[in-house]
Amino acid sequence: MSAEHTAAATSLRSAGVMLAFAVVFTMMMAATYRFARPDIEAAREAAKMKLVDAVLPPERYDNPLLEDTVELGPTPALGLREGGRVYRARHGTDDAALIVEAAAPDGYGGRIDLLVAVGADGRVAGVRATAHSETPGLGDYIDPRKDRNKHSPWIEQFRGRGPEPAGELRLKKDGGELDYRVGATISARAVTGAVARALAWTRAHAAELYAAPAGSHF
Amino acid sequence: MDRQITREILFNGLWKQNPGLVQLLGLCPILAISTNVINAVSLGLATILVMILANLGVAALRNFIPYEVRIPVFILIIASLVTVVDLAFNAWLHGLYLVLGIFIPLIVTNCIVLARVEAFAAKNDVVHSTLDGLAQGAGLLAVLAVLGAMREILGSGTLFSGIDLLIDGAEPLSLFGAHYPGFLLAILPPGAFFALGLLIALRNWLEGRAAARRHARGTLAPAAEAGAA
Repeated sequence: MSAEHTAAATSLRSAGVMLAFAVVFTMMMAATYRFARPDIEAAREAAKMKLVDAVLPPERYDNPLLEDTVELGPTPALGLREGGRVYRARHGTDDAALIVEAAAPDGYGGRIDLLVAVGADGRVAGVRATAHSETPGLGDYIDPRKDRNKHSPWIEQFRGRGPEPAGELRLKKDGGELDYRVGATISARAVTGAVARALAWTRAHAAELYAAPAGSHF
Repeated sequence: MDRQITREILFNGLWKQNPGLVQLLGLCPILAISTNVINAVSLGLATILVMILANLGVAALRNFIPYEVRIPVFILIIASLVTVVDLAFNAWLHGLYLVLGIFIPLIVTNCIVLARVEAFAAKNDVVHSTLDGLAQGAGLLAVLAVLGAMREILGSGTLFSGIDLLIDGAEPLSLFGAHYPGFLLAILPPGAFFALGLLIALRNWLEGRAAARRHARGTLAPAAEAGAA
């Protein structure tokens, strides 16, 4: 009887100490979070803005496009299995560009997440890979930060291209016009295919996308 | 503070019990993140910070932690500190936060942190424990930096690539010109094992040579021990 009592007492005491520690350290984490949150949000925003600037020059629009968005559900045409987002760039009352989240499911290392900007003229304004796991030093030239050719990174070739003339959005190896690096065709082909599909989808839905209310689901 | 003990703690962390080369603790982040110097050093600095704070915290609170539940309490303390460091990176070093990604939260599971807390901080005073955290962390940082430099120089022919994430507008050094073809193996995971193996071999060789020299000086020189070394 007394042993049981001791065991219970020990458990209670230990649990009490652990609870006290949990409360104190959770308070520490919560305080840090509250203190850091504005900076975290600002940093996230800035990181996103940097990506947007890479696909669309800031002088082409004048609206706060991070707030002018349309939410997408799962969209197979864009390679989005869990949905994504479209940012709408406008200049005054004119439509300037749509920046679409898309993905290439068939990269060498799996999925490649992309940001594709399509101008109001129906041509690609810019493309960036936002997340990928292509082989370092081989297929990762799809990311201009990893591309050894700093003067004209591979992904800049998409700028200004449209669906016509045919072959503009195909690799040279597949009868198109885009360069690729020998030994790492799969990454380039995956990105190119995804950009072509994203462009086609965006052109087909451009009018509805520009007209949809901000923050609505498409 | 006793200078002899101080020196011993520093020597242990940096050389004799180096976490990366002798204790071989925390290999997962060492091998995964050492593809370039900046990533390696950044993760090393984050780990040092956590180790100092964890050792300090545990040493200060060691008399309040019941022996039976010390491990969960240690883990709680370490996890809280890592969360704070993770939030700090997210807020003030966001570029680096995106690069290091999962490896900052994973410092929680780096055995070297818990190992030092359990083996040292739980039994020693605050000052010595803090110093031990610093020394062990510095030992890990040194290994990470050298490993990162080896792999980056060989693999991509650059040094300090990604420094623009820390200092705006800074440029990485290009060592062999723009046409260096790169050595892929050094950047891929096997390269990490090869490089670490070389470092361990180098350390053992230096240690063996030093031991042989001590014997040659005739301090304590049974021949059998020289052979074992």
